[in-house]
Amino acid sequence: MNSRQADTAPPIRKPVSQVGAKVFGGISMLFAVLALMLLAGIILALTVESWPSIKAFGPGFIFSSEWNPPAERFGALIPIYGTIVSSIIALVIAVPVSFGIALFLTELSPLWLRRPLGTAVELLAAVPSIVFGMWGLLVFAPIFGEYIQPALAATLGQLPFIGVLFSGPTMGIGLLCAGIILAVMIIPYIASVMRDVFEVTPAMLKESGYGLGCTTWEVMWRIVLPYTKNGVVGGIMLGLGRALGETMAVTFVIGNTNFLSTASLFAPGNSITSALANEFAEAERGLHTSALMELGLILFVITLIVLILSKLLLLRLSANEGR
Amino acid sequence: MELLARRKLTNQVALTLSLAAMAFGLFWLAWILVTVLQLGIDGLSLSLFTEMTPPPGAENGGLLNAIVGSLILVGLGTAVGTPIGIMAGIYLAEYGRYTWLGRVTRFVNDLLLSAPSIVIGLFVYAVVVATTGKFSGWSGVIALALLVLPIVIRTTENMLMLVPGPLREAAFALGAPKHIVIYKVTLRAARSGVVTGVLLAVARIAGETAPLLFTALSNQFWSVDLNEPMANLPVTIFKFAMSPFEDWQRLAWAGVLLITLGVLGLNVIARVLFRAEKLH
Repeated sequence: MNSRQADTAPPIRKPVSQVGAKVFGGISMLFAVLALMLLAGIILALTVESWPSIKAFGPGFIFSSEWNPPAERFGALIPIYGTIVSSIIALVIAVPVSFGIALFLTELSPLWLRRPLGTAVELLAAVPSIVFGMWGLLVFAPIFGEYIQPALAATLGQLPFIGVLFSGPTMGIGLLCAGIILAVMIIPYIASVMRDVFEVTPAMLKESGYGLGCTTWEVMWRIVLPYTKNGVVGGIMLGLGRALGETMAVTFVIGNTNFLSTASLFAPGNSITSALANEFAEAERGLHTSALMELGLILFVITLIVLILSKLLLLRLSANEGR
Repeated sequence: MELLARRKLTNQVALTLSLAAMAFGLFWLAWILVTVLQLGIDGLSLSLFTEMTPPPGAENGGLLNAIVGSLILVGLGTAVGTPIGIMAGIYLAEYGRYTWLGRVTRFVNDLLLSAPSIVIGLFVYAVVVATTGKFSGWSGVIALALLVLPIVIRTTENMLMLVPGPLREAAFALGAPKHIVIYKVTLRAARSGVVTGVLLAVARIAGETAPLLFTALSNQFWSVDLNEPMANLPVTIFKFAMSPFEDWQRLAWAGVLLITLGVLGLNVIARVLFRAEKLH
């Protein structure tokens, strides 16, 4: 349009004030910054609160297995061990199962079943962890201890080297039970990420594979999986992040003891989260609270690292997508 | 020919295992739901909604104070977290989409989305409970609001991103300032998605236990004073389920049934709502 014409034409209306837009933009930015500061705030607050414990025990905190509130001597080894072992068990079970579910949902399932089955898997993710916990303690653990643990001890327990992992008294609750419940809880997360990334694989690639005479499995294993590798690992890390920080389900079934004398997975133990859930509200203000805060800080740092790796891997996949 | 047979066999085995994996996943969902329904309905009675949580060993009693407490905590937590989350989501989608601040905030928000909720509880304890010197309903509200925040930010941003650019351009061409464009056009176009996000956030915090353990704590008695410890369903369930008393366990199962139905119901409503709107 000719600008001179616009200048000479009589103004129909005054230009709308932009003050509102500025204020609105400012407020929205403020809240975004607030969300950003939350992460820094959490790390700062936890560090400040755990400072007495950090000063008192130093790096030895991580390697000491003594947890003795009356004597004010604290070490994080057993909770850290419990958290890591139960999460590893969860991943060992959840990864292959999630892969199977994602494969089924993207390649095998009839079209009309895809949505209901996908929804069912997502609903499993929505079940609150306290429900898993109570169910795990009162329903699953007794059955697990009665039938499954003896069966495991009679089979896997007889093997050399790994046999020791499946030995000892079968009480139901313990590290293995916690790991299995965690696996059920993270399967939906891993499976839905895997399904989503499998779906972004270009149809052309898959069709080329089929055109060469590949079977469904070969297309999946040799074409789809290598193409979506980053996304798959990202999804697994996301599940790991969930497993590490899961509280209620673990607290119910891990056994909550700070003594560990055997390598057996049947043994009860403690995780960072269950130690916090059980002791924090009753802990004396002072070194005990501070040591628990340090546990929380360690947990937060570990999960942050895992989640950052997961995010970066998923971002790399979506960056590749554009090419 | 032998190679082909082997490849076909591998394929068959893999696909069968995949089917088994799917069945495995559904099996747990079914098992949990059936147990919760069975044992929960067993514990249902009118007194559940009319009587307070009983002291140890006492017979009967209900969950009234815990149910009301949960409704207050979840309601206020959502009311506090939602507007902040929507505004921050608007910033990410409409103002800071390509800026440095926008990108960093988006990344951090995704981390918070999956951060352990118990750590949020510790944070609120350190900031609120330790400074005021006591457990209180308000600290529980803050903890839940902090859990709502990343979920609402994420869905608001995603839904606004889906609104087509020409819609905004048309509004700008009519001379509307940016906040009016956002408020009357883009946010309205993304409404069902944003509501879905809020519903999912409510579903998430309704079952959260860990962040309430060190903030709202629990209360055996009737109290709607937010400056005092407040009863709530999840922590009550935790306490009752771990106890050796059968009556307490029965109440806990009833509570679990209420929470599960509520959470799954919200999820289903959110899905149906979102799909219905999308079909228009």
